Amino acid sequence: MTTTVAAPPREGGSGRGIRRGEALAGWVFTLPVILILGIFLLAPVLMALWVSFSDWSGRGSPLSANVRFVGLDNYASITTGGGLPTRDFGISLRNNAWYVLLVVPLQTALSLFLAMLVNRAILRGRGIFRTAFYFPSVTSSVAITVLWLFLFSATGVVNEVLSWIGINGPNWFQDPNGIVHNALAAFGVTTGPPALTENDFLGLSWWNWLAGPSVAMTAFIIMAVFTTSGTFMLLFIAALQNLSGDVQEAAMVDGANAWQRFWRVTLPQLRPTLFTVLTLGLIGCWQVFDQIYTGTQGGPGKTTLTPAYLSYSSAFLGQDWGQGAAIAFILFAIIVVFTLFQRWALRERPVSRRRARQYQPSQPKEAKR
Amino acid sequence: MTRHKTRAILGTGALLVTGALALTACGSGFDDGGAGGGDASELTSSEDALTILIGSSGDAETDAVTEAVAAWSEESGIDATVQVANDLPQQLSQGFAAGSPPDLFYLATEALAGYAGNGSLKAYGDLLSNKDDFYPSLVQNFTFEDEFYCAPKDFSTLQLIINQGLWDAAGLTDADIPATWDDLATVAATLTKDGVTGLAFGPEYQRLGAFMAQAGGQLVSDDGTEAVANSPENVEALTYVQEQMAAGNFAYSSDLGAGWGGEAFGKQLSAMTIEGNWIQGAMTNDFPDVDYVVAELPAGPAGQGTMQFTNCWGMAADSPNQQAALDLVEYLTSAEQQLAFSEAFGPMPSAQSAAEQWTADNPDLAAFLAGADYAKGVPTNDGIAAVITDFNAQLEGLKAGDPQQILDTVQENTEAVVG
Repeated sequence: MTTTVAAPPREGGSGRGIRRGEALAGWVFTLPVILILGIFLLAPVLMALWVSFSDWSGRGSPLSANVRFVGLDNYASITTGGGLPTRDFGISLRNNAWYVLLVVPLQTALSLFLAMLVNRAILRGRGIFRTAFYFPSVTSSVAITVLWLFLFSATGVVNEVLSWIGINGPNWFQDPNGIVHNALAAFGVTTGPPALTENDFLGLSWWNWLAGPSVAMTAFIIMAVFTTSGTFMLLFIAALQNLSGDVQEAAMVDGANAWQRFWRVTLPQLRPTLFTVLTLGLIGCWQVFDQIYTGTQGGPGKTTLTPAYLSYSSAFLGQDWGQGAAIAFILFAIIVVFTLFQRWALRERPVSRRRARQYQPSQPKEAKR
Repeated sequence: MTRHKTRAILGTGALLVTGALALTACGSGFDDGGAGGGDASELTSSEDALTILIGSSGDAETDAVTEAVAAWSEESGIDATVQVANDLPQQLSQGFAAGSPPDLFYLATEALAGYAGNGSLKAYGDLLSNKDDFYPSLVQNFTFEDEFYCAPKDFSTLQLIINQGLWDAAGLTDADIPATWDDLATVAATLTKDGVTGLAFGPEYQRLGAFMAQAGGQLVSDDGTEAVANSPENVEALTYVQEQMAAGNFAYSSDLGAGWGGEAFGKQLSAMTIEGNWIQGAMTNDFPDVDYVVAELPAGPAGQGTMQFTNCWGMAADSPNQQAALDLVEYLTSAEQQLAFSEAFGPMPSAQSAAEQWTADNPDLAAFLAGADYAKGVPTNDGIAAVITDFNAQLEGLKAGDPQQILDTVQENTEAVVG
């Protein structure tokens, strides 16, 4: 350790010795990326943040002198204003929340299930299955959306197949009814209790918040699960192949059955991958845009309107750039909050005492003393 | 530790500097421009070539516009290029924000107020030599805060499209063409059979507005300063449509599994539809075997009424060569040129002097032009587009909804953007 005393300080570029100038070289090498990220990522984000606090009208530079700072006005008009912008934002949040609530668990479960299937060594033609499951993820979302519009049209393939088993399928992309409301209507419940219908949040009554995704949105939900589970399957396969067999074997020796091995041994080891998949899924689901833009533009009855599409339409079509930017930043906040929550929920926890006790040999009372 | 701190500071500093650099770079890239727009008297003039951005319906339209512009270029000696937008509102917004918009572009009525309000548009209407030749209602469509902004390039109206084969098969004759709401209900009921609905149209204000006009109602008063969406007339119109839908005589095209009225009509899911001039091209291309006639929509309690749709030639306030752009607009909106466009891709000339010739050329479509006398335009107030989108969303539920309640919401939303 005596050598370290003699070592020259490595700070800055002014150092002496063979390592001098290293820091400078480091900056030179990272500069291109810093510049590119700065110009194309950081600066636009900062500008958008400024737009969300300004009254920029879409003409000329948002940094010019005649653009005024309006504080939280843009945020207020979409959250507490009570007018059409507020209601639109409420509707879009409602739609997207249901979308997230259904897509994220379904796609995670399905991709894990598919990964377990194609990971088995005894399966013949694993490669073919993997490619088949992954294929929808490769195809452009626009192409898939167009395909979906055909499949789920009133006289489309899906309804044709449903008719074979005597079901009169809905006119999927034209049906604005929420599926929870539909289910309740089947039991004769068509209006909610006054507590739900008379109180509202973001201009939308609680009864409407609980309507569930519309039939049209359900078609999009099925599509999202179909297209994304292939990608996540790949992540799970990679994780599964990294698991060592001896833990499994040890569990087998202990007499754990297949279900217990999956639930108690495999799944806990997949936690980092699970976190990745859930996070990517959450982010992707809150940002859903392409499908809406190419498919329904928010219709029918605004039930496929999402914050991402609303942000686009209020900026580019409605010329309300501040509101559009504000929606984008609220969306950003939502995603961050969800990710943090998920990190907290999936954190490594010490084994609970109750659980730990199961694995400890029962001790005679005398030994305690 | 200190080393880390220095690095962190250095790093942040570098990012901030790049950020600032980027921002200033952007700042200088944008043309902050003057007030523009408002003052109609001064036009910029230079030798600059012109860029024209159009939202084209297809090759026929693109070719026709490109040819016309090329002919003008030849005559005037000023270069001009035509670009076809794949997303017109987005590309226009980008152009305005960057300070380099196209010199001339298609502009929809609902986009006028937004762009005019932020000074992106040049109000050149009063400088046009053929200003008085346009239909007054079209001029009204492109007037914002008492200034005539841009020349209507053409227009379309809605009328009643009737399937000749089904009409004859039901034993109906020319004498049965409906003149009143009662007549319409009767023929629609007669035509409703064998899985065919009498009348189908899109679930939107842009179709149902015709009934509102026939009842004497509209969303915004003629001068654009008062919301009149929940008037008794509008309630009467929606109630009539609702009753007919409940009786099964009318239906939304979406309920029949069609994307729009023309598709329901072409597939013979409905015997009649309410559509505009564009139906002609759709029928020729997609359903050449369906024989149809165009009749005027029936009169409602307040007389005849329909909707009209139009676009104008918008001119950018930032355009460096507005003088030439004005000249080009005059050329493109001249009666002869508009008749040539009409022949190429179907819309009706916005110039009244071309009306007679157009009717002579298109006797079967005369009803569309007749609508110009009593048609109502879509309101042009800033922010009305979101109101109409919301109205459309609610109209989808008209069958089970309450017209008064729907219109009350629309009234509330309209009041927020009017005046």
